[in-house]
Amino acid sequence: MPKDPSLKSVLVIGSGPIVIGQACEFDYSGTQAIKALRKEGIRVSLVNSNPATIMTDPEYADRTYVEPLTPEVLEAILERERPDAVLPTVGGQTALNLAMELSRRGVLDRLGIRLIGASRQAIEVGEDRRLFKEAMGRIGLEVPRSGFARSVAEARKVLEVTGLPAIIRPSFTLGGTGGGTVYNVADFDETVERGLDLSPTHEILVEESVLGWKEYELEVMRDNADNFVVICSIENFDPMGIHTGDSVTVAPAQTLTDREYQLMRNASRRIIREVGVETGGSNIQFAVDPKTGRMVVIEMNPRVSRSSALASKATGFPIAKIAALLAIGYRLDEIRNDITKVTPACFEPVLDYVVVKIPRWAFEKFADASPLLGTQMKSVGEVMAIGRTFKEALQKGLRGLETGTSGFSRTDLDDGQIKAKLLSPDPDRIFYVKRALELGWEHAEIHRMTGIDPWFLDQMQQIADMEKQIIAAARPLEQRAASGAGSTPAERAGGLGGAPLAPPSFTTTLVEWASSPSWRDGRPRASSPSPSPPSTGSPTGARSTRTGAPGTGPGSRRRSRTTCCSPSWRPGASAGWRRETSPSDSSSSRRTPPPRRAPGSCSPKRSPAAACASSAGARSPSGRRSWATRRAGRGQPSPRLSSDARCAPASPSVTTSSRGRCTGPAGRRRREPPRKG
Amino acid sequence: MTAEETLPSARRTLTPEEPASAVLCSRIVSSNGTRATLALEDGLVFEGRSFGATGETTGEVVFNTAMCGYQEVLTDPSYAGQIVTMTYPHIGNYGVNRDDVESVRPQVAGFIVREASTKASSWRASGELHRYLEEAGVVGISEIDTRALTRHLRTHGAKRGVVSTRSHDREELVAKARGSRSMVGLDLAREVTCPEPYHFGSAPAPHPYKVVAYDFGMKQNILRMLTAAGCDVTVVPATTSGDDTLALKPDGVFLSNGPGDPEPCDYAVEASRRIMDARVPMFGICLGHQILGLACGGKTFKLKFGHRGANHPVKNLGTGHVEVTSQNHGFSVDPALFERPELVLTHVNLNDGTVEGFRHRDLPVISVQYHPEASPGPHDSHYLFGDFIQLMEARRQP
Repeated sequence: MPKDPSLKSVLVIGSGPIVIGQACEFDYSGTQAIKALRKEGIRVSLVNSNPATIMTDPEYADRTYVEPLTPEVLEAILERERPDAVLPTVGGQTALNLAMELSRRGVLDRLGIRLIGASRQAIEVGEDRRLFKEAMGRIGLEVPRSGFARSVAEARKVLEVTGLPAIIRPSFTLGGTGGGTVYNVADFDETVERGLDLSPTHEILVEESVLGWKEYELEVMRDNADNFVVICSIENFDPMGIHTGDSVTVAPAQTLTDREYQLMRNASRRIIREVGVETGGSNIQFAVDPKTGRMVVIEMNPRVSRSSALASKATGFPIAKIAALLAIGYRLDEIRNDITKVTPACFEPVLDYVVVKIPRWAFEKFADASPLLGTQMKSVGEVMAIGRTFKEALQKGLRGLETGTSGFSRTDLDDGQIKAKLLSPDPDRIFYVKRALELGWEHAEIHRMTGIDPWFLDQMQQIADMEKQIIAAARPLEQRAASGAGSTPAERAGGLGGAPLAPPSFTTTLVEWASSPSWRDGRPRASSPSPSPPSTGSPTGARSTRTGAPGTGPGSRRRSRTTCCSPSWRPGASAGWRRETSPSDSSSSRRTPPPRRAPGSCSPKRSPAAACASSAGARSPSGRRSWATRRAGRGQPSPRLSSDARCAPASPSVTTSSRGRCTGPAGRRRREPPRKG
Repeated sequence: MTAEETLPSARRTLTPEEPASAVLCSRIVSSNGTRATLALEDGLVFEGRSFGATGETTGEVVFNTAMCGYQEVLTDPSYAGQIVTMTYPHIGNYGVNRDDVESVRPQVAGFIVREASTKASSWRASGELHRYLEEAGVVGISEIDTRALTRHLRTHGAKRGVVSTRSHDREELVAKARGSRSMVGLDLAREVTCPEPYHFGSAPAPHPYKVVAYDFGMKQNILRMLTAAGCDVTVVPATTSGDDTLALKPDGVFLSNGPGDPEPCDYAVEASRRIMDARVPMFGICLGHQILGLACGGKTFKLKFGHRGANHPVKNLGTGHVEVTSQNHGFSVDPALFERPELVLTHVNLNDGTVEGFRHRDLPVISVQYHPEASPGPHDSHYLFGDFIQLMEARRQP
């Protein structure tokens, strides 16, 4: 069926402020969707409370409302705009929740406005654990065994089904307080009692623990003719127990046989049908017991998700754009594949490369937050790298993190800490895993402690072994060079990759160079009247200007009002965060000249490494602007990331941070010689 | 410009003296650790490392784009006479196991991968891939630029080639590749078929459908699917005549997949005509589909680089549905067949518009080019076995 002719105007709901777990990926998806809809001649109105987004630029939607994302405001906008439909699936959970609330309040029915992309029922089933479990039961799929209990005795009964360890989740407590994982019966009773006490409904969920299981995700799409395709399979390097947003993830899945993969694919098809996602994309998560292969469904998101953005870039399949087109009635076989230009979008991408996503944390900014990783997402951004092998992609990704390490070249690790670090995951764990491999630890031992699949450990072992070989092969060269004239130790170090001889600094903070006058006159950082010294680590509005993401850390939910309006924003001078050593560093690091780039040279568009990123061009002040935008008085030019980020396969690593920015490392290497201070 | 000029990196040579660090991030995978050379008939030469058995092998070099399911690919008899390149770079990650086989042993003439895994990680693994190949005597090569090779094959078409661990002389190997047999006109079905008829097994149903399956190089999963659908299957050799088959009084006749060119299989075309005339329901897959196309008066032609992978979109023209299918074929049925009014095109490939399936208007004959039994690949097309059952059911109850 071609486009639905009754759809003349659509309201797109954005995802609002950038917080941990909901970042620029929804700007990317929303912008893609708006462009696709407008190209189809549909009048698009947009509401998003966050003006520091691409989608709120005036040239995107026909009318843009920069207004709070509350049901009341949405209702007023719907009254005014009277769109034929609302598209809530490209604005993250915020947009889905708002759409649900509008539907619940009867606003949509009263105004005769349809929900497209996902039905109310699908959103409910995706959200509600109990409904989801029932739905999975109807189609014969397993979820982790669990049961609700209102007393210790009842909980004990459930325990017979789930076994130990078990997870206790009190119902309706904020952020799951009072719950936890229990490993023995004594702890069990105690935790159950506490959970029952804390729960306002005096009820807890006792759930089978799938900690340490292999974790997989499938990005799938379905159209209104029930055509179904898997866009991408993703395997988590870190096992169940660490939030996907905090896991290193790999596409495609590496350690599934075809039989198991097809089971997962068939299950996904049944799930998307049963949950009732008529059109669009969904993200479905599975856990697999590495010992028996038992597969359970963890959850499904009936919307474009964080992983969709990753899958889009990993495969070249524009999920959000296609989801928008499917929502207005097209079928997958009626949409053209953007890469081949001749074949339809109804296909399953195959890769001849490996994609690795590595989360980027910023615990240095959140002094109070514990760096231990668990089921609550703590990363503030991520790096995606493409390589012909997992090893290549992993090393590129680690370098792309811009934490000062080129691949695994870290020398500040404390060998005494290895065991502790392997047992309790934090951002450094992957480096300690590699260190353990270097020291010849047994893979089985590391696997037992970390749950990381032996295949990944073997790959990392190969990196460690190769490093040793290179160092061994370089030693004679080094000696020869030392005896020769004219070469300095620094050059020799550079020739060997530098890392072992010149340990880089790892205490880093991110500073916007363009906003700091000291970079322009080349004075050393120590004397700079920087508006906010990085050493404080406090996310103040002034420092976080362009990010729109201050106060997004664990424990801190403050948000800056100065978002996007800093006068230091200038088009062309926009692309950069750079690493800067903190004042606590040794004086030698201060001698490092501040990096400078020629104006515009930092534009990600010009960086060959950042095929994904695109221009940071000026916002046209003469652009059409809605009353709402004008009223809000947010006319400041804002450097930005284009949403149209599409990665060419085989491009080097691309940093996509939640700060709403895509930059490649190559741009960062353009440094001018030091200026005299 | 010759192919070699476009691919200078492909000619890079590793000498045995060179330290392993010369190839970054690679490791000697095979226990024998020797060099291997791949040469194509058009002069393109790749040097890599031996993987699996040592020795020398010739065949048609083709590529498969499936990202997993390499054990099914290796054991699929349709790959007889072919050296298969896997486009996905990491192969061997989950090792090999006893269940994921499509025939009793690997059938490929050779195997080409970018990187062979040293670690088999799966709870079902019973061994490592390189040992499995070694034991089966399959000569393989790893650590070559499979992307360059694939692009070359896609541009210039499937090529005859040789993989050798014995000789590394370019001229000699290219000459050997040129001297090897060509797929066109090659009747490989006769080589891989079963020597004697045998009874595969029966569904537990009270009145299973009696199916005679022609084995042109049949994948095991087809037999499993047929019995699961309620059939009692007897497998017969490719050269069984139509009369012999009809003497078994089957409810339906199945024509299997298989390797090689369909045109020399005139014996099977003859038999198919005889069975069609008897109005016995027929179902063909892959080579069986091409044979049915020939039996209906059509022609076949060789595709440039064939369809091999697990992601080919096929549109079912009857329902409008798109199925993601598993494919493995180098020849295709000429669409001129559908100028005949009695034949109906039912499935078409959305990538290149080639014929993927047809049925007969008057006779109970259905046929698809792709693999509804998947293995490896998506299970979107399992319904076709049900369609075959319906044809047989309709004949039982006239």
